[in-house]
Amino acid sequence: MAVENAALKPTLLDLYRTMTRIRTFEETAHKEFLKGKMPGFLHLYSGQEAIAAGVMSVLQPDDYISSHHRGHGHLIAKGADTGRMFAELFGRVDGFCRGKGGSMHIADSSLNILGANGVVGACVHIGTGAAFACKHKHRGRVSVIFLGDAATNRGTFHEALNLAAIWDLPAVYVVENNLYGVANCQRDYMKVEVAGRAAGYGFPGVTVDGNDVAAVREAAGQAVARARAGQGPTLLDCRTWRHWGHFIGDAAAYRDPEEHKAWLKRDPLILAADLLRSEKWATQADLDRIQAEAEEEMLAALDFGKNSPLPGKEELYTHVYTG
Amino acid sequence: MANITMNYAEAVADALKLEMRRDPDVYVYGEDVGKFGGSFGVTGYGVFEEFPDRVLDTPISETAIVGTAVGAAAAGMRPCVEILFMDFLPIAMDELCNQAAKFHYMFGGQMKCPMVVRTALGAGMGAAAHHSQSLEAMLCHIPGLKTVIPATPYDAKGLLISSIRDDNPVAFLEHKMLYSLKGEVPEGDYTVPIGKADLKREGTDVTLVCYSSMVHRCLEAADGLEKDGVHAEVLDLRTLIPMDKDAILNSLAKTHRLVIVHEACLTGGFGGEIAAIAAGEGFDLLDAPIVRVAGPDTPVPFSPALEAEFLVNAPRIIAAVRGLLG
Repeated sequence: MAVENAALKPTLLDLYRTMTRIRTFEETAHKEFLKGKMPGFLHLYSGQEAIAAGVMSVLQPDDYISSHHRGHGHLIAKGADTGRMFAELFGRVDGFCRGKGGSMHIADSSLNILGANGVVGACVHIGTGAAFACKHKHRGRVSVIFLGDAATNRGTFHEALNLAAIWDLPAVYVVENNLYGVANCQRDYMKVEVAGRAAGYGFPGVTVDGNDVAAVREAAGQAVARARAGQGPTLLDCRTWRHWGHFIGDAAAYRDPEEHKAWLKRDPLILAADLLRSEKWATQADLDRIQAEAEEEMLAALDFGKNSPLPGKEELYTHVYTG
Repeated sequence: MANITMNYAEAVADALKLEMRRDPDVYVYGEDVGKFGGSFGVTGYGVFEEFPDRVLDTPISETAIVGTAVGAAAAGMRPCVEILFMDFLPIAMDELCNQAAKFHYMFGGQMKCPMVVRTALGAGMGAAAHHSQSLEAMLCHIPGLKTVIPATPYDAKGLLISSIRDDNPVAFLEHKMLYSLKGEVPEGDYTVPIGKADLKREGTDVTLVCYSSMVHRCLEAADGLEKDGVHAEVLDLRTLIPMDKDAILNSLAKTHRLVIVHEACLTGGFGGEIAAIAAGEGFDLLDAPIVRVAGPDTPVPFSPALEAEFLVNAPRIIAAVRGLLG
């Protein structure tokens, strides 16, 4: 991990805390799901934390983000309340979507999070539309779109990136490239690298070590600055690895166990912890405290979420239309 | 307010200009809506000229046109986008039906999606299978969308203003054979409420429920029936979702006979929904079976001879009414 600037010291500890909170949230959700307490599907973000934490650390509170089905990490990194997140995962009325969205539609619009989404590649348009609003209404803001590598095969990706390019929209496309689209390995569905696709639209595509939170922060900082300055979009190809299958229940038998082991050694939390200790920016006791605080937070959040009331039947019929 | 004679396309353009003057968040974009003036000439009636920075050409990218409108609307704008032909709207069905229609609901009321998708539907100009369909029923099946389908210049302007101001996503369906239809339109700002039918002609013997270009075919048919002493009532729904059920039932209370007329194919058409409501909620009002006059279950053919056979016309409506009255 190349770090040239000691100014990273306080930031890296914050990023480590964010990543730890995401990991602990996901591990808590995982356990509850396996107990059969949580309805629906669960797509865990574990392993990809450096991307959410690194990107969000360069955003302003009123910048927009759009996310996908593996979206818990994005909410936590942008500041969403984890108690209300658990309430949503349990389908409870205190959830951000009053229990009507669940994990795949989790969102906190007060933080300008335009939602997780159940359709792969849909967020690319939604976030590009928010970038249009940033250009024409909310000058100076940017829109960051998180998507998976497999979503770059959707037609929406092509149409949105082309439009963002010709309109010079303040958009940053962050591809969380975990090398698999469900069970399909990237080498079987793409002939080029994700970053290379940006050349087709005439804006920069940058390959980033997506497990190195400092590298993500650096690349995202440049892309966001470029967008904010009115210089148009950037595509970040962040290489990473999901620690679990596509969803909980998928054993990911399609992946090479050796490759999996190698990636686990490059767990973004381990890499950040190693750097914090080697630079003497934090002691093991500091890191243990961060972990303990995260566990305490998630226990309380889980308790809040599980004990929130179920929505009343009338909730089925509300919010179909507004006004 | 003084009335001006203008055609349907000009009336749509007038609504766009008025709303763009009133609200800086209203933007228009789509294929060739800029300098070219729109393929049916709508934005060419001074919309682009007055707002060159807010009437934007897009590439041929239907999913991006509708999908980015969702994001822009959720982020506080009020986009009014154009899909050139309704036949191309299925390309953007994820964006319209899975995203726009569900944004308010699936996020528990946190977000709104105030956007309008204008598109041209209908046959009659030899445009064949890919440029002629009436696919309104497809949209009516998706909760969260409103579907507006005006038949006159007056309604086109007043309903488009209402649609742009509505905080829900609205599909605004313009019949391409109506663009040149002239009518009296008030100058300046007025609205026609979404969800209110318009009784176009009063009658006592049969109710013709219709919308879009079929309103004019039904009025022609009513003239023809009048010569036989049959007084047909013509009810223009104007919006399909929400539907003005009361107007239908009130009319049936008077005429006790229902003929539903639409250009779209019969099977799965919106006429089935109207019939179900009449039968379910107005059974006691009916003295005769409900009749649907609709397009056949075929694609729209090219040859003028075949297209004419596809299209519902006044003689077919008259024949259906005569069959019903015996």
